[in-house]
Amino acid sequence: MMQYKNIIAAYSIMILLIIAVGVLQSWTIALTILNYCLISAVMTIGANIQWGYAGLINFGIMGYTALGGLAAVLVNVPPVKEAWKAGGLGMVVSLILIISGVYIIRRVLRKFENSKKRNYIVAVIIIIGFVIVRYISGPAIENIEAVDPAKTGFLGGLGLPIIFSWIVGGLFAAGIAFIVGKIALGLRADYLAIATLLIAEIIVSIIKHEDWLARGVKNVIGLKRPVPYEVDLQGSTWFIDLVEKFHSKKLYVITSLTERQDVLNQLVIDASSVYVKLCLAGLFLTVVIILLILTQKALYSPWGRKMRAIRDNEVAANAMGKNVVKEHLLIFILGSAIVGIAGAMMVTNDGLFTPGSYRPMRYTFVIWVMVIVGGTGNNFGAILGGFVVWFLWVEAAPIALFFINFFTAHLEETNAVKQHLIQSAAYFRFLLVGIGLLIIMRYRPKGLIPEKINIK
Amino acid sequence: MAFFEGSKMTAGYGDGPDIISSCTINVDKGEIVAILGPNGAGKSTAMKTMLGLLNLKSGSILINGEDITNLSPQDRVKKGISFVPQSKNVFAELTVKENLEVGAFLRTDKLDKILNDIYDLFPILKEKQSQIVGELSGGQRQQVALGRALMIKPSVLMLDEPTAGVSPIVMDELFEHIIKVKKTNVAIIMVEQNAKQALSISDRGYVLVTGQNKFEGSGNELLNDPEVRRSFLGA
Amino acid sequence: MDFINAIVLLLNYTVIPALTYGSQLALGAIFVTLVYGILRFANFATGDMMSFGTMVAVLITFYFQSLGISFGFLPTALLTIPPAILAMIFYMLFIDKFVFSYYRVKKSPPVQLAMVSVGVMFVTQAIIRIIIGPFDRRFFDGEKFILKANEFKEMTGLNEGLTIKSTQAITIFVTVIVVSIMFWFLNRTKTGTSMRAYSDNEDLALLSGIDPKKVVLITWIIAGILATIGGVLYGLDKSYRPFVYFNNMLPIFAAAIVGGIGNPFGAFLGGYVIAFAEILVTYAYKKFFAYLLPEFMEPDSLMQLLSTDYKFAVSFSILVIVLLFRPSGIFKGKTL
Repeated sequence: MMQYKNIIAAYSIMILLIIAVGVLQSWTIALTILNYCLISAVMTIGANIQWGYAGLINFGIMGYTALGGLAAVLVNVPPVKEAWKAGGLGMVVSLILIISGVYIIRRVLRKFENSKKRNYIVAVIIIIGFVIVRYISGPAIENIEAVDPAKTGFLGGLGLPIIFSWIVGGLFAAGIAFIVGKIALGLRADYLAIATLLIAEIIVSIIKHEDWLARGVKNVIGLKRPVPYEVDLQGSTWFIDLVEKFHSKKLYVITSLTERQDVLNQLVIDASSVYVKLCLAGLFLTVVIILLILTQKALYSPWGRKMRAIRDNEVAANAMGKNVVKEHLLIFILGSAIVGIAGAMMVTNDGLFTPGSYRPMRYTFVIWVMVIVGGTGNNFGAILGGFVVWFLWVEAAPIALFFINFFTAHLEETNAVKQHLIQSAAYFRFLLVGIGLLIIMRYRPKGLIPEKINIK
Repeated sequence: MAFFEGSKMTAGYGDGPDIISSCTINVDKGEIVAILGPNGAGKSTAMKTMLGLLNLKSGSILINGEDITNLSPQDRVKKGISFVPQSKNVFAELTVKENLEVGAFLRTDKLDKILNDIYDLFPILKEKQSQIVGELSGGQRQQVALGRALMIKPSVLMLDEPTAGVSPIVMDELFEHIIKVKKTNVAIIMVEQNAKQALSISDRGYVLVTGQNKFEGSGNELLNDPEVRRSFLGA
Repeated sequence: MDFINAIVLLLNYTVIPALTYGSQLALGAIFVTLVYGILRFANFATGDMMSFGTMVAVLITFYFQSLGISFGFLPTALLTIPPAILAMIFYMLFIDKFVFSYYRVKKSPPVQLAMVSVGVMFVTQAIIRIIIGPFDRRFFDGEKFILKANEFKEMTGLNEGLTIKSTQAITIFVTVIVVSIMFWFLNRTKTGTSMRAYSDNEDLALLSGIDPKKVVLITWIIAGILATIGGVLYGLDKSYRPFVYFNNMLPIFAAAIVGGIGNPFGAFLGGYVIAFAEILVTYAYKKFFAYLLPEFMEPDSLMQLLSTDYKFAVSFSILVIVLLFRPSGIFKGKTL
């Protein structure tokens, strides 16, 4: 029971903090933080089932996040017909060639014994295939990228509602995770961390540089939201009425009609942005709750027990006849898929896809800090970690600024040190998160809400 | 008073249960003492306790009349107690010669003489001196392990199952080497699974059961003791 | 003649840059591999530690420049390496004492130490950004070229020019010296042997009377030297930007693993393997073939295997291939 009290207390504090931001700074900021907290929570659930349930370190979070984002683009953007005309055929042929190449290699690997000769055959197939694909896709890519490069220059997507991309993003991530897992899962934990980190870097560099796919670093903007737009809200009478009712007291104090209209307009603008963010928050919260229920159920199922057994003693679990490799692969795929969902959610939230911004610091290591701080192996902890760390990450700069001003109050405004520190306020977030991680690892190695398995 | 003695030792791992209780083992210079007993009897534990790898809960350890109960393993090595662990007892990535040099890390004098002594004892090591130990055969590795332990010119040599996992021929060869070492006036304690062979080269033996001294006596006495034979020698 | 032109072309655009970049990676990779072999964890703060040492060197260089101190035709930064190394070692030992040593004494699993190093990474990045900011800084001064392209053309009468930047020469020269001294130290001195012994078999090393504290201390000292020199050489050759240094951790890790982690010599070679792979795979061979092949066979395309955007991806793919087929690394390190 104590544990539940702790969880409730921790979450209440967190919600109060966000409300405090709403009151002190603005509700738009508070809700932006909340939405990102929710997205972070999905990511931490993904990382946590890998690390907490199975002891797998996946430093490739960034790659799967980016794949989710890619899915959002490919699902939501309408197809670019001219681009398909220009080079669609070449790309489809290339894709078929790649698939058949993989198929042939699989056949060769199955048919021949492991030998030097087999390796040479595979190498030759890869090299020939590479040359042919380059030969076919090269001009196709050039043609596609030449189609109105300032606006499109890519194949576009399916033109479906973006919400579908949450599932597609999960599938993308799962597919890549399957390949990565096949390659890397046999490695010792810290090698797995390095390997996944590097593979994520490869994924992001492909997304960044294959412009025909998602415009690369030129970014895709204007993705369609699953929730109303501010402009539409500001034009609809029901919304204006709603805002008027909500603020009626404040409004009726104002006597001048024009002035009242101005105030109302401003209120409507603010409220529309809050309303949109609230809708998104509702969607995100639904995802978090669904995932939480599923992961908790899984944790207490026989399967969850098996995973913990494998995590705590791989050798023994193996000796008991549990297929460690298979289970590891499964959980690696599941966790990565959840991260992929989060990636799609994030792009949904932002309405744009910016491959250049996917950096391991933000999308891998901060997520990991969230998991460790929150409590490995405990989903409530992981989600809390997502909230706490994201909150600190965003609010670190204002907090740092406050302290800098406080401690340098006696210095003149022109003091070089003071100015330098004020300029550097944004970087204190690294310091805060780093020291937070070190302190938690040292004094509370199980996190804020430690794993506790109740045996029923 | 024996040269090296652990008397009435009680010890266990960490805060766990006692593995040996009130166990006494002693050895004199130029003597081989074998510690025997069934699995889990605390043979290795007794030896490791004498080296200081476990915390002693009661009892004392003396060398040459000096109390070393509170010294760290490293400091005991400086007192001339050398230990050859059962596994991972060589530096596999280093050459034979480097292994021996690391063995003599605590010595400040010239190594040439002692190196030659070791090479005289184990001629094969001289031949392979610049080879990586990881590439040697099991028996040769055990010789490297012995050689490394002897580099500090120890007065006490402790061997944890020196013949584990080697073929019978190599085992005989190793025992011959151990006898040669004994003749250089070193006190030798060894834990052995191959009880008969071990007793045949030992001056004395201890049989431990559940961490306590059960039998003790000269090698021949134990070999001929009907009860020991029945319970531990399998005949 | 065409043949020589083709060779010069390759030398100029691939071999010399790859040797330079390889040297920079090699120093970092040896740093990673030593920490891995002796302190037994993957140090995710590698890039940022190199960045820290370089930052100190950059700051001192700026100070020297403001005082008007220079090093003749050599870059002033070379003068600042010794104090920068001292600062780096001091920082590493500080971190070790207050962060890493706790886990080492507790014998925590390597994963935990790796995670702790992520914390150190954050803190180090913060310190660097707060002190010097995230911007790109050039601190190279002195003579820029040893050999200019047109000088070479005049000298030899070839079509192709060969340029040797002084930073390239300095990088290769300094690396050769530092690495030779380090291998001499590791292989020929008592302390070096004890470090290798400790890396190989910690328990037996302790039983042989090797002082773990001393081994750890020396390891950080060597690490500090390698990290600072590697970082300064990279910064002189390209420029100093904290984010780039953080990212350099990735090819450095790749080099260390390709070379067989825990094996310093493997890491050294691994640095060049990665550098050559990156540059050779992304180089456009059109001109090269134009020299070698008869005119009618001249290629139309750039003859580039992969665009330069994929530089990093190439080295990581090599790592993946190595992990697949030879998990202990090309030059055999510890088993994974």
